[in-house]
Amino acid sequence: MTQTFIEILRRALDEELARDPRVHLLGEDVAVGGAFGVTKGLAEKHGMQRVRNTPISEAAITGMATGAALCGLRPVLEIMFIDFATLSLDCLVNQSAKYRYMSGGQLAVPMVVRTQAGAAGGAAAQHSQSLEAWFTHVPGLVVVAPSSPAQAYGLLKSAIRLGDPVLFIEHKRLYAMKEALEDHAELPFIGTARVARSGTDVTVIAYSAMVRNALEAAAELAGAGISIEVIDLRTLAPLDMATIAASVAKTHRVVIAHEAVQSSGLGAEISARIGSELFDELDAPVTRVGCPFAPIPFAPDLEQALLPGTRNIVRAVRELAG
Amino acid sequence: MENPAAPTLNDFKQMYRALWRIRTFESQVQRFAAAGEVPGFPHLSTGQEAVAVGVCAHLTREDTLFTSHRGHGHTLAKGADVQAAFAEILGRDGGLCRGRGGSMHLVDAAHGVLGATGVVAGNLPLAAGAAWAAQAKGETTISVVFFGDGATGAGVFHETLNLAMLWNLPLLLVCENNGYAEFTSREEHSKVKHVSAFAAPYGMPANTIDGNDLPVVYAAAGEAIARLRRGDGPYLLECMTYRMAGHFVGDAQHYRSKEERAAMIEKCPIERLKHQLIGRGVAENELEAIGEQARQEVLQAVERARAGPRPDPATVLEFVYSAPSIAAQFRP
Repeated sequence: MTQTFIEILRRALDEELARDPRVHLLGEDVAVGGAFGVTKGLAEKHGMQRVRNTPISEAAITGMATGAALCGLRPVLEIMFIDFATLSLDCLVNQSAKYRYMSGGQLAVPMVVRTQAGAAGGAAAQHSQSLEAWFTHVPGLVVVAPSSPAQAYGLLKSAIRLGDPVLFIEHKRLYAMKEALEDHAELPFIGTARVARSGTDVTVIAYSAMVRNALEAAAELAGAGISIEVIDLRTLAPLDMATIAASVAKTHRVVIAHEAVQSSGLGAEISARIGSELFDELDAPVTRVGCPFAPIPFAPDLEQALLPGTRNIVRAVRELAG
Repeated sequence: MENPAAPTLNDFKQMYRALWRIRTFESQVQRFAAAGEVPGFPHLSTGQEAVAVGVCAHLTREDTLFTSHRGHGHTLAKGADVQAAFAEILGRDGGLCRGRGGSMHLVDAAHGVLGATGVVAGNLPLAAGAAWAAQAKGETTISVVFFGDGATGAGVFHETLNLAMLWNLPLLLVCENNGYAEFTSREEHSKVKHVSAFAAPYGMPANTIDGNDLPVVYAAAGEAIARLRRGDGPYLLECMTYRMAGHFVGDAQHYRSKEERAAMIEKCPIERLKHQLIGRGVAENELEAIGEQARQEVLQAVERARAGPRPDPATVLEFVYSAPSIAAQFRP
């Protein structure tokens, strides 16, 4: 049975609500399905006390999820757009992330913040950002960005069961993507990257929707005789350097691709680590594909002009392989 | 409104002792900060102890408490171990948080002290979340949060009041209105004189009381907590008090007049309770003995804390994540 990304997220939440009475959903409109319909029907099935609507108060609901997690619940908070997580930052950065550490291990914050990111369809500058690097910079937070429905299913269930605060980033461009869980023998868990396609000439490291672009680029370049290995990071923090290292040892050339602004993006960190930890493996400098240093524009023509995509990855790989 | 059991003279003597424990503890924080033994920025609640003691006297070990950067008093009043609390403030391995938290982040989970946030108002929604967890699990415990009047300038204060009412949470919000938000007086911060006034638009019951009068605090907190335990929803208790210390240890307090500083001695909650108890027939020398015993107990615990070992630098990466396999990826 094929299901969309949204349907598979709902299936994972439904199963976790049924499995563990500590799991509670909260967020704006979640009891009526949420802005994208992910939680549709869950309040009817599990009760309004387990799937709770909140006012538009991101700071307070993030704090409440954190406080409830300290006291034994497993809250799954929905922040409608990652752009709105700017209002949750005090709690996420100063409290949720640091509680285990600052309490010397007395307390933990096992909560998931589901949020939706990325550009598509003219959502413009305040509803399109890819802000994951802000969060990967904070020790104590786990940051996850699935690239497909099946990946999302495994990662969300794993996130809910983990004992740490997880920022779970869903890309709006993936919401309509369909997959059948039954086609996947193995479901992923937090903390590991995967080889999404094997290759020998160039490694493309990507995550979230950009994995689709990397796979498209790989298919296109296969015709030109260039073999690309695609790494799907899945967990952005902590980073799975072992999987990256194994691939670099094979290809010796690396492109890192993400939709986020290239400057100070996650690619900068990965590039630096490859440069310092795997220098002897490299045959060429690590190159990056990312968004130019500008806000996401509204007009579709401008949005397309700004966003990095398959063509940028193809170009970067050709320069490296050529 | 049903009255909680009337406190006995003996109850008040215990509270008198609790006031002295906090006063002495913080005097030692000040002393060793001046001597360079306390890292960071300790904030003292000297002069505000009656709020901590009067409220916490009604709490069980299982009730949860969240406090602010000025939280030594609340932490001790809730039952935290004096030696472990002081060791934490000194940055010792035997500290409550193994030296990871310090003065502004005391946590004693075993006694329901779930944390102190250094960012003003950040603790309010956490306490609401703890109240929600108790409600969701069908427990009868309540959640208490202490904050200063300065917190009312933050949006999350208002968000939390709204949510606490909306979800009928067992949350007691205790504002210590000490007249200062850091270095600036309340008049310069807000046209709203009393913090309790903010409760009305949300439909939350509230009261403003003299927070330096311990029997008054005890009675008002008892009434509010009895409501909470009946499931009647949140309550905002504003305690007018007076910060006898500066904003932080070492603050020269140029913003206060000499007259103001002289008048504040008269407001001292310990002196006031002493005179009230003497008026009710307690012998002055009995009270002096109680105070002296409390002081000695704290001074000895402080010395034991100072003698404790420093944390092992090799453990600096512990407690970042739940599992070493996750944290290990970050090891250099």
